[in-house]
Amino acid sequence: MTPALLGREPVVITVGAEPLGEALDAQAVPRVPVAWRPPMAGTAAALDTVLADPRRERANALAVDRMTSARPQLVGVRPAREVLGLTPGAFLHAGPPITWERASGPMRGALVGAMLLEGLARDPQDAERRLAAGEASLEPCHHHRTVGPMAGVVSPSMWMFEVRDAEHGGVAYCSLNEGLGKVLRYGAYGPEVLERLRWMGAVLGPVLAAALARSGPVDLRALTSQALQMGDELHNRNRAATSLLVREIAPAVVEASPEHAAEVLRFINGNDHFFLNPGMAACKVSADAARGVPGSSMVVAMARNGTDFGIQVSGLGDRWFTGPAGVPDGLYLGAYGPDDANPDIGDSTITETAGLGGFAMAAAPAIVRFVGGDVSDATAATRSMYEITLAEHPAYQIPGLGFRGTPVGIDVALVARTGLLPVVNTGIAGRVAGTGQVGAGLVSPPASAFTEALAALADAVDRGSQDR
Amino acid sequence: MNGDNGDGELVLVRAGVYHDSVSLMRVSRTLSAMPGVDIAIVAMATELNLGLAAELGFAVPPAEPADLLVAIRAADAAAASAAREELDRLLAALGRPASSGPGGAADPPRTVRAAARGHDATLALVSVPGEHAFAEALDAVEAGLSVMVFSDNVPVEREIALKERAAERGVLVMGPDCGTAVIGGVGLGFANVLRPGPVGVVAASGTGAQQVTCLLDEAGAGVSHVLGVGGRDLSAEVGGRSTLRALAALDEDPATELIVLISKPPAPEVAGKVRAAAERLATPVVTALLDPSGDDLTAAAEKALRALGASVPSWPAYPAPGDRPGAYPGGLYGLYSGGTLCTEARFLAGRGEFTDFGDDAYTRGRPHPMIDPALRLEALAAVPGGAVALLDVVLGHAADPDPAAALAPAVADAVARGTAVVVALIGTAGDPQGRDRQVAALTGAGASVFASNAEAARYAVSLLGPGEGQQTGGVR
Repeated sequence: MTPALLGREPVVITVGAEPLGEALDAQAVPRVPVAWRPPMAGTAAALDTVLADPRRERANALAVDRMTSARPQLVGVRPAREVLGLTPGAFLHAGPPITWERASGPMRGALVGAMLLEGLARDPQDAERRLAAGEASLEPCHHHRTVGPMAGVVSPSMWMFEVRDAEHGGVAYCSLNEGLGKVLRYGAYGPEVLERLRWMGAVLGPVLAAALARSGPVDLRALTSQALQMGDELHNRNRAATSLLVREIAPAVVEASPEHAAEVLRFINGNDHFFLNPGMAACKVSADAARGVPGSSMVVAMARNGTDFGIQVSGLGDRWFTGPAGVPDGLYLGAYGPDDANPDIGDSTITETAGLGGFAMAAAPAIVRFVGGDVSDATAATRSMYEITLAEHPAYQIPGLGFRGTPVGIDVALVARTGLLPVVNTGIAGRVAGTGQVGAGLVSPPASAFTEALAALADAVDRGSQDR
Repeated sequence: MNGDNGDGELVLVRAGVYHDSVSLMRVSRTLSAMPGVDIAIVAMATELNLGLAAELGFAVPPAEPADLLVAIRAADAAAASAAREELDRLLAALGRPASSGPGGAADPPRTVRAAARGHDATLALVSVPGEHAFAEALDAVEAGLSVMVFSDNVPVEREIALKERAAERGVLVMGPDCGTAVIGGVGLGFANVLRPGPVGVVAASGTGAQQVTCLLDEAGAGVSHVLGVGGRDLSAEVGGRSTLRALAALDEDPATELIVLISKPPAPEVAGKVRAAAERLATPVVTALLDPSGDDLTAAAEKALRALGASVPSWPAYPAPGDRPGAYPGGLYGLYSGGTLCTEARFLAGRGEFTDFGDDAYTRGRPHPMIDPALRLEALAAVPGGAVALLDVVLGHAADPDPAAALAPAVADAVARGTAVVVALIGTAGDPQGRDRQVAALTGAGASVFASNAEAARYAVSLLGPGEGQQTGGVR
């Protein structure tokens, strides 16, 4: 123990009154000054309670260990009606729960498109009327071990990536990526959108399923770590990961379906974001492994429905803590501008939840201008996330930071203490239903989601101590 | 937000700009001293500080405690604008980290947790406001580091939680409200420059430890380490957790040949535990329990010297030639910055009005009197002629760099109106303030100066004359 204290030359971490630090400087004692500031307004009491909870340290260590030790493998591609038990008229969507009344443009557009795809409406007007009348049931993807990018609408006939955690045995799903431009996930529902979705259900899904049956599981943990070292951050850049996935499965695609192999491979190659979806399912299955640890203040989901930004915390079950979704700050396609942007939307923040995306920005110098800045901004973004996370990922490493593991396991207590909010990379959806993608950039989650989760953790501690 | 109304009054709120209260206090003092500036408040926008500004007649906009409040009243617009320029310059200087540390160009860490993760530190020194100290100290303990908690106002149940976890990790928590420590010759908090030597000190009292170690230093006996444990450590609730750990650490330390334990009398159930632990150690332990029937600090130092086989010198004393023993009827006023020194002097004097300006009541929202003398100087100015003023002046790292600069003129004023001023000067020849220079300045102003607080208190009593018994209050 304290021989370490008394036997060594002191190196002192100083936090607080600067003159006490200066007194050490005057003695030429090496020190590490902390740039401390008061916690977020109104959080001091809850922080005190949560930090004093004797379960917290071990609970967080367990939660983050489960998240980072998960071994996600892509094991199959199957229809949603089969794997999720979705019945006609039931739809999943991104983010925390939402009603049609409160849904934003792109969310409504995607639901309209899904109604048309499933043959539940004659035309868009009919679909809107039926949705407004409550004919469809809406539930978050997250409630069904599923994630969806942008609007994240999943309907029974869509095919899903199935990702299994070989370490803990969990399973998670994500839809197949449609590509960029006018696509359902951005709220577009024109004929070309529906036609593509039908082809994905009829050809892409079954061919991928057959190919994976031949190739066997694809190790997404290994693939993700390689992609990070090839310049992806796995949210806004998936080019390397997509290429690696194609390399893994192409022979099996050819063998499984010689007649469709060319069009399937051409479709995947034409979409640098094809890997986003299996990558999200990999993050989801990893985060789910960390759910339900009593006393843990670690975030296990961040998700947006285009209206609200919500988080879930390991020690707080399935409760959502929400705040208004912000409008991303970024670059716009063509003549689009901030006025055309919808508030933040999609489950793709599961990547940041699992230590990728904005948290791994330093790995992706190629896209730093896309998300506003230069390489030093990207490095600073990743470095700042170490302040609010519990661990460094043992497998997901950043070459530019000396192969340091990515910051992983957001702690709501550290968010409140530092005032630093998670850095989120995101695409920007058009505000008007059917527009599609208008840009990409960075977005800040609402602080209230984190402070309310912290307050709930404190309440749980107080209730627990009354029970004892 | 800018509230410059053009006639020399300026109110600003800067959102999200944080600096510690002591640094801001220095900024305020510098600005207040500028020509034409009447009032300068530069402080975090806490309820207390907002109220202070409002009382002074400033139109204070809404602000949160994490915002910086600036309120300046100057003679004219030119003086206000000069003050504002100086403010920007001073704040910019504060914004620069004093040392970038081994992390290179990276932003400095925001928590002790992050600092411990990125650096090979051995110890954390926590001095954030008390309500936030638990978080930072716990970070250190969880990272396997010993921690000195300088902050006060930490609830006792958090102190217990911290010390329980420290026991699991095998690390030491010094404090809360630990004012001084010396580890391997490095002074932490308010710490004197002590010669290295064989005496290891465990102290539940900061200024108590400073008095004892300064006297040891004066007698030629050096110290290996001074480990503070916090004033509540030997209470029944805390159970002496840090005292026991500190004793064990010093026992294992090859440089320590004698352990001196300085404390107020422990809770009875804790006293037995500590005594038993001390008896088990291989290193001899001298225990000095400070209470009216037990030792005073000077006696404790002398006990330690005898245990070392060293001779006890006569302690430096400089009575003022102008003092007239038995001739001061106006009573005794003890104006202290050190809590234990204050208590000791009050016990020994058995009369008089004593104020501990280091007490929580005086330090909430303002720096410790060892850094900021303003309140004590006001109190000294209010001591009537014909009375005796008894003060401590504590030298060492982090204390006022030149306490005599402000105090000597105030002493001269007091002496001129017929007040006797007696100073207990706690310091060593090696202290950055220059002890001998401080003695010269204070005696030159007419004060009597003593190295021993006990001797200072006895001398002060000897000056009192008939009639002082009418004084009430503050007597034990």
